[in-house]
Amino acid sequence: MASAVGVIFSNIHDEDIPELSRHRTMGSIPFGGRYRLIDFTLSNMVNSGITTVGLVTKHNYQSLLDHIGSGKDWDLARKDGGVILLAPYSDETDTPYTNRLEALKGITGFLTRRKEDYVVISDCDCVARLDIADIIRFHEEKQADITMVYHKGKVPMSSYYITLSPDETGRVQGMQITPKTDEDVDLYINIMVLKREFLLNIIRDAITRGLSSFGRDVLSHNLKSMRVFGYFFGGYYAGMDSLQTYYRKNMELLDKDVRDALFGARDIYTKVRDSAPSKYLDGAKVKDSLISDGCVIEGTVERCILFRGVRVGKGTVLKNSIVMQDTVIGANAELDCVITDKNVVIRDNMRLAGCESLPYFVMKGRML
Amino acid sequence: MQRKKECVAMLLAGGQGSRLYALTNNIAKPAVAFGAKYRIIDFPLSNCINSGIDTVGVLTQYQPLELNEYIGNGQPWDLDRAFGGVHILSPYQGKKKSSWYEGTANAIYQNMRFMKRYNPDYVLILSGDHIYRMDYAAMLKAHKETGADCTIAAIEVPMKEASRFGILNTNPDGSIYEFEEKPKQPKSNLASMGIYIFTASKLFKYLEEDEANPDSSKDFGKDVLPAMLNAGEKMYSYLFKGYWKDVGTISALWEANMDLLGEKPVFDVGDSGWKIHSRNPLAPPEYIGDEAVVDNSMIALGCEIEGTVINSVLASNVVVEAGAVVKDSVIMAGTVIKAGAKVSYSIIDENVVVEDGACVGTDKEVKNAQIAVLGRQITIGSGAVVEGGKILDKDYKGE
Repeated sequence: MASAVGVIFSNIHDEDIPELSRHRTMGSIPFGGRYRLIDFTLSNMVNSGITTVGLVTKHNYQSLLDHIGSGKDWDLARKDGGVILLAPYSDETDTPYTNRLEALKGITGFLTRRKEDYVVISDCDCVARLDIADIIRFHEEKQADITMVYHKGKVPMSSYYITLSPDETGRVQGMQITPKTDEDVDLYINIMVLKREFLLNIIRDAITRGLSSFGRDVLSHNLKSMRVFGYFFGGYYAGMDSLQTYYRKNMELLDKDVRDALFGARDIYTKVRDSAPSKYLDGAKVKDSLISDGCVIEGTVERCILFRGVRVGKGTVLKNSIVMQDTVIGANAELDCVITDKNVVIRDNMRLAGCESLPYFVMKGRML
Repeated sequence: MQRKKECVAMLLAGGQGSRLYALTNNIAKPAVAFGAKYRIIDFPLSNCINSGIDTVGVLTQYQPLELNEYIGNGQPWDLDRAFGGVHILSPYQGKKKSSWYEGTANAIYQNMRFMKRYNPDYVLILSGDHIYRMDYAAMLKAHKETGADCTIAAIEVPMKEASRFGILNTNPDGSIYEFEEKPKQPKSNLASMGIYIFTASKLFKYLEEDEANPDSSKDFGKDVLPAMLNAGEKMYSYLFKGYWKDVGTISALWEANMDLLGEKPVFDVGDSGWKIHSRNPLAPPEYIGDEAVVDNSMIALGCEIEGTVINSVLASNVVVEAGAVVKDSVIMAGTVIKAGAKVSYSIIDENVVVEDGACVGTDKEVKNAQIAVLGRQITIGSGAVVEGGKILDKDYKGE
């Protein structure tokens, strides 16, 4: 593979799931029992041979820092490159970036110093197993200036997204920004490949011309002069646009095909916590659930995702729920369609219920 | 000022583990899997780092490949250090002669230069075949307080079992006046755990002397310790209270795994005050299926359980298909138990396939059941029967 450097936006779409991103970046939102959203993008990059990844952050990034550490769990603790946190840079006259173009402007120093041929730019909420090396091969084959990855599906609930109209060769002829439609569309999943020098030129040009939107001013206005191609990704993809989607996409992991699509063949790396294996005590009844390490289960658990270190007490019935790290649920409680954030305590005999379209959410650290 | 480490640990991991039969065909005993995600060596290594000892020499010579790979640079135990850290010490060829490690004392003697590099005041000798949590720092403190030249960790065993151990006979202040190796008529029930702290200068002196003695079998228990006692050196016992299990036999390994189970387990591996560190499997959370029954068990990441699992310890990425039953067993990583197969009172090593309808181990609930053992990467054919107590290390299609 031609050499490439990764750039991940860790705060993008924060406003889509305010419940979960109040105290953290989108990238560090827990997902699938033992992962954070960013693990999927990072692992895709590492598995494709990328050894340098810049994480663009803006605010609330303590949890991300804590998660990533030195990067060793992704094999990204390197002398040259590795994972590099690109915290917002601002001097007295500047304020931290407000859009993608300004964010890129803030990391031109990083991009200039790197020596890789290509840049892979990705959002942090792309849960999929993508072969980035294959995207770069496609990019070279098409002699593209920019390759944008898309999949077929409904438009998300987000306030900003891009749909593409590629022709039969894959060249993007049209681009729409946040169109409203119920039809299936070719939705750009916010992963882009381009030459590093080309990106630097785009950024410099945008600065001199005072442009503000990467999607509108840089991409969609220049489809004639630039060779922009769409790379179709037909595998399993989950983007995050709301708490409901978050809930549904977690629950989809109970389907073996989805698990195989995401976890099979290639490893998804995450922070290691050295938890003990989970224990199922006498009287535990567990069905159709994903259970992470460090859990101790005495009650009934059906159709749930349990993160690390969760305790479920005797006589408790837990159904259709997502229970995050170190949540303790007492005895004889009943929970249905509940999402608890980290370190929640649910006392004995408590009853909580939401519904699939509106799961009941319990904030981090709450005691109920 | 010369850089130094107050205490250096030397871990004897060369054990062949011949009484673990098929489980140690290709790996050293300390690398044997335990407790769903651990290996035996995780326990002494974790004890070291949790006790503030960050310099550990691991002495290997038998089938070291997997053990060396597992330890790697020591990062999982936080033992990747610029000065100190974990080091694999294999026998090497010298200018004059090359030699395998002959006995425990000789193994340490051959690595004198390694220890001296750290200019230690004390040396801690450990063995790599026990499951326990122990604060070596507390033992070191006792060693300093008594002003001993050698302190030996000891545990009280039932009097009727005492004749299986090396027994320490002590005065009321804990000082040792006699060793007895597997005595027929034990005078005390204080058994040596094979954990020693030496004042470094004394250790080096007695190792040199032992090496020069042609009649010595070069063993700590048989030669070095008695020599020190005879010479009148100050030797103390250090009483350890807590769980400690030698997992050198099939039945002991099985029992130690079972000790982890239950609400109040005999040994709580999840006790987070003293974390046991290990390499972690790269696997998604385990999936427990619609028809699965999981009772009183420990299950690691990546397992897919559709069948029944009772009183068992399952390591990462084990598959138990629908209709299969696993009871009172230890299943190591990557093994597949196919539909309708029955496994009970067994230890099954990594990446074994038990085909559909096969039956492994005795299903009678008898005391001290003879544990069936399947070595790694073998296949038990469809419908085959492996009786209790059988040990297999090759594919088996049945009679």
